[in-house]
Amino acid sequence: MENHSEPLYLYPVWIRLWHILNALFCLTLIITGLSIQFSNPTIIVRFRVAVAVHNVAGVLLSVNYIIFFIGNLFTKNGAYYVFEVRGYFSRLKSQFHHYTIGVFKKEAAPFPVTVDSKFNPLQQLSYVAVMYVIIPLVILSGLGLLYPEITINNLLGISGLDYTDLLHLFCGFVVTIFMCIHIYFCTFGKTALSNFKSIINGYH
Amino acid sequence: MMYRANIRPAWVVLVLLLFFAIAFALVKNSESSSSTKKAKSVEKTPIVNLDQFPTNEKCLRCHGQSKYIFENAESKKISYKRMYSELIISRNEYYISNHKGFKCTDCHSEDYSIFPHPGNLRMEAKANCIDCHGGDEKFSKFKFEKIDSNFTASVHSQKHSEEFTCWMCHNPHTYKINARTNENMQETVAYDNLICLNCHGDITKYELLTNKQQPNILKKHDWLPNQATHFINVRCIECHAQNKDTLIVAHEIVPKNLAVKKCESCHAQNSILYASLFKYNVQENIKTKGWFKGLFLSETSTIGPDQNNTLNIISLVLFGLTILAILIHAVIRIQKSH
Repeated sequence: MENHSEPLYLYPVWIRLWHILNALFCLTLIITGLSIQFSNPTIIVRFRVAVAVHNVAGVLLSVNYIIFFIGNLFTKNGAYYVFEVRGYFSRLKSQFHHYTIGVFKKEAAPFPVTVDSKFNPLQQLSYVAVMYVIIPLVILSGLGLLYPEITINNLLGISGLDYTDLLHLFCGFVVTIFMCIHIYFCTFGKTALSNFKSIINGYH
Repeated sequence: MMYRANIRPAWVVLVLLLFFAIAFALVKNSESSSSTKKAKSVEKTPIVNLDQFPTNEKCLRCHGQSKYIFENAESKKISYKRMYSELIISRNEYYISNHKGFKCTDCHSEDYSIFPHPGNLRMEAKANCIDCHGGDEKFSKFKFEKIDSNFTASVHSQKHSEEFTCWMCHNPHTYKINARTNENMQETVAYDNLICLNCHGDITKYELLTNKQQPNILKKHDWLPNQATHFINVRCIECHAQNKDTLIVAHEIVPKNLAVKKCESCHAQNSILYASLFKYNVQENIKTKGWFKGLFLSETSTIGPDQNNTLNIISLVLFGLTILAILIHAVIRIQKSH
């Protein structure tokens, strides 16, 4: 839906590499996580394999996240995640209106992609929430489950491990929902596949 | 001549007396030597008057050891025979078992006091648990009638009919109440599982009832995560029997295809583990430690919030709604683009 003539180079190599690895690790973690959660011998991945793969993928995702975090601190990519609070709600409303009504009327996107603004207000909100709140929480709670001795023993009569477990599952669930919506919204490019091509070749 | 004639009979009498004396001495000597031999041989395992023992000891003198000794009534020879292992009763186990107060002949025929035992006694019908414990108010808390009906519905009873009796699993000579009295959960688990492994881990006993090849238990449970931990901490019947929370020990063993295989069946709230043994344990905890400590700080908990059924349903509904919303949005988009 975005309208621009010259292709913009928005995704440098490190971002593209980080993104594809992040996607693969998340997908692996969701599949193995579901296999652990609803484990029985006939489900997608056997429990023992699922646990091992989940642990390894979790550690790799954490390392990958650290690269992303440091990369955002030291490159201009981090600026895309910082947004002006003033007037944000009306911008969010306008973007929401576009996705729910405007898009069906073939209206132009209210916040077209530019070099200075890669994300629309809804993307900003969801990406910041996922990358700076949910993913760190899922990593920390995952560490707590991997090394249960670091979790608190007892809070209000319930083991700290139970809270950690619940938090890990909640965050994992949010990431799953996010991935579904994220992949669907990626079909909102010039063509259904153009945004997928962009994250591979770097040009929008 | 007269002199000669007078002397001769005296000599004859003397020689005869001497001969009888020697013969008597020889016979005596031989008798005493044979009785010494006998005494020596009996000294090893002396035949003792059985009447001096309490009633059960009369039986256990033979049935309490791996060999027995008896005198052949016809040849008068002393014989040693090996006692058939199934007929050996361990004194140590019997005298601490629940049935220790019984005389052997309370359950077995009085005719067993005859030796050699009459052959027809082999066909003697043996009493089952329910024959003594059924309908007895004193044993009502053990729910023998329920156990009996569960057992009748079990795969053991269904497949093997009357061949399979209570004694296949519970040896009346060693049976000791365990799940209700033992505070060590792992010991209870080991005790219970040994009952199953008696046949399922011993091909000679397994083959008594079936022509099927005995499955390798470890291989059959290969899918089970942390197999050793499960085997140490979970009773076989927890997954292989229809658990009813009114019974501590489930007796309705189900066919293998109905055995529990899903993790969440146990690792969830209101799981089957809570149905019997653990539920009982929690109740006992509440009794001994009080409501708060016993219930909330119970160490027997195997639940995790991740297996809260309500949360599982909510998350699945939310996920379904997200996918539905995406699909509706996509369909409208495609329609509008045409």
